[in-house]
Order: sequence, then structure tokens, then C-alpha cells
Amino acid sequence: MIISVASGKGGTGKTTVATNLAISLESDVQILDCDVEEPNCHLFIAPVIEEVRTITTPVPKVDEEGCTLCRKCAEICQFKAIVVIGETVLSFPELCHSCGGCMEVCPEKVITEAGRELGVIERGHRNGLDFVHGRLRVGEAMSPPLIRKVRSFARSDMLTIIDAPPGTSCPVITAVKGTDFVLMVTEPTPFGLHDLNLALEAVKILGIPRALVINRSDMGDDQVRAYAERENLPILMEIPFDRRIAEAYSRGKPFVEVMPEWKETFLELYRHIEEMAG
Amino acid sequence: MKIAVTSKGTNLDSQVDPRFGRAAYILVVDSEDFGFEVLDNKENVNALKGAGIQAACMVSDRGAEVLLTGFCGPNAFKTLKAAKIGVANDAGGSVRDAVKAYLDGKLPLSNKANVEGQW
Repeated sequence: MIISVASGKGGTGKTTVATNLAISLESDVQILDCDVEEPNCHLFIAPVIEEVRTITTPVPKVDEEGCTLCRKCAEICQFKAIVVIGETVLSFPELCHSCGGCMEVCPEKVITEAGRELGVIERGHRNGLDFVHGRLRVGEAMSPPLIRKVRSFARSDMLTIIDAPPGTSCPVITAVKGTDFVLMVTEPTPFGLHDLNLALEAVKILGIPRALVINRSDMGDDQVRAYAERENLPILMEIPFDRRIAEAYSRGKPFVEVMPEWKETFLELYRHIEEMAG
Repeated sequence: MKIAVTSKGTNLDSQVDPRFGRAAYILVVDSEDFGFEVLDNKENVNALKGAGIQAACMVSDRGAEVLLTGFCGPNAFKTLKAAKIGVANDAGGSVRDAVKAYLDGKLPLSNKANVEGQW
């Protein structure tokens, strides 16, 4: 089973929920940090990294020698990543979405694959917990290819927990699509509600079973609870705005380690998810 | 010589559009007689990305040797350079004023982009 943790708004507690759930389950569980623009699960999991791999995506390289300037490559490219201008074929690797169309249509077969670095994947573990995350190269504008790569490490023999990026655009969809359950995390504030609404609309379109965790649940107002009821979104857990939790977080410690009584609450959360995901 | 000028309207008295890739129109003006051709740039105005690259290809296809505009980003500049089209940034006033300023040597060609690319 794959559980993705998403939120819409950033900073609501996705990583807190994902890491504490994983650590409470102890074994036969893996965490995939798909927030490749700013991964932070490793700060709490503190994994031993066993493997670092550089990931590239194919981009065109043109051998102008054999090029007849027919423009077929430029015509098929939807992103202007390759153009013919004057007597030159220019390519813009940073705009390329790696569809391979230009190589396919080139009648002279003078376009070959070069690589654009997307970033690195780091794999490791902590005790029985399997850990993978991606780090997007600084300057790289597209995160979905690297997120897909992180997801390719999902193992069928254990529970996979995905920490998704915030927002509702391509990176989130890439992290959440095809997972078995989406655990949405919000805070009971107007901002939390606004972005939860956007995220829920996206998850509905994807048709994935979902439920809500309210973090810092004793602050803000009751609007999120009223919204969840209207939307039939079950609230599976509430985490209070507790100084001890904030202190643990600031030291990079999963709070279930400081407050072990919470482990049972996370295990119960998992049992609810199992039931709902069927 | 043909001079391309980004324009908010379709005649020589229109104001220069400071944007290049997303300019409303591009006028290709003949420096001899001020005859001109109007290129409608509406396809590029709403392009997600690569508007400057596409506009540069359009200007090159019409045989312009110089482009007068307000701001030119790095990808557009690289494309124009490949097409051997000179670029003068910071053009202003009407299209006619800009062409005259260029012909009088008051609008120098620049050797690099003057704005960051858009993501």
C-alpha cells in the first residue's frame, strides 16, 4: 500500500505526520520524500545513506553536419526547446520535457540524446525503515521527472509513505497520483482551509480515498471542521499546538520519540487508513 | 535594411511595446522608405514558455537585421544572436521615433540580454 501525505498549504505538518507515522510503525515501512525542492524528512529520520545517484533526463543534441534545416524537430516541439533559425539549429535544454519527439521525426537522424542533470537520489535506512529522497539540482525548473524517479523506488513488499510537496500543481499530482490513500494535513486557519479546499478538489479528481489530520488543532477556528463535515472528509487525528512537539521538531526529533504515548495514536491512524483504503 | 520594432499597435505612430516575446505586434520597418509589415504576435502573448524564442524566429523569417525593443531575455537574445540580428534594448516612444533614433545612432546595439528569463 502507498499512503501519500499532502496538504495544499506548506508548513502544515506533512513531514511531521509522515515521519512520525513511519517511525511508529517501526518496520516493513519505507518513506519516500517527494518534496524534491526542499526535502526535509531526513532531518527527522536521520538515515544512514547507502547510495547517491545522479539522475539525468534526455535532451536533444544536434549534429549540424548532417542537418538539412528541414524544421521538423522545431515543428513538433511544444516547448520551443529546439528551433531552426537562419542556418543554425538551437536547442534550449532547460525548456525540454524529454518527449523524444525531435529525435523521432528527424529524417536525417542527426539528433541524439544528451543528458540534463535533474538532481540526485539518496537511498538509505534507519533500523527497519527504508528511506529514499530526491534533491533537485539548484537551477532546475522541472521537478516531476525527479519525483517520478523517487517513486520508482516504492517497494511492493512494504508500506510506502510518500511525503508530497505543498501546492496543487504538477509536482503534487506527480507525488500523489496512483497512490492508494491520501492523508491530508491542514491547520485550522483561514489559510489552511483555503488551500485544503484546493488540494481536496485535486484529490477528488484523482479519485483516491482520503482523510484529514488537523495539526495545531487547538488554535484557529472551527471552519476546517465544518468544511470536513460538509465534504464527508473524516478527521482521523488531531495534533495539538503543544510546546513539547515544537521543541522536538526544532531539534530534528520525531515527537513520538519524546512523547511515546503518541505511537499508539499513530498506529490507530494507520489502522483507520487500512480500513478506508480497503 | 529591415528593422523589427515591438509595438502596441499596428502603425508607425504606435508606442513601442517594451516586451519582446509577448509584444502585441511586431512591425518590420524598411529603413529606406519607412514602408512596414505588421506581424500579429497574439499566439505568443499567451504562450506558457518560449515566447521570446518563437518571436525571434518570426523576426528572423521576415529578414530583419535589427530588433528594437524594451526588454529582451536570455533565450530570446541567444536566438537572435544565432540569426545574426542585432538587438537594441531600452527603445521607447513611437515606432517611428525608435527607428529614427536607431538610424541616427542614438540607440546602440547591446551585447547581452537585459532581463532575466521567466519561469
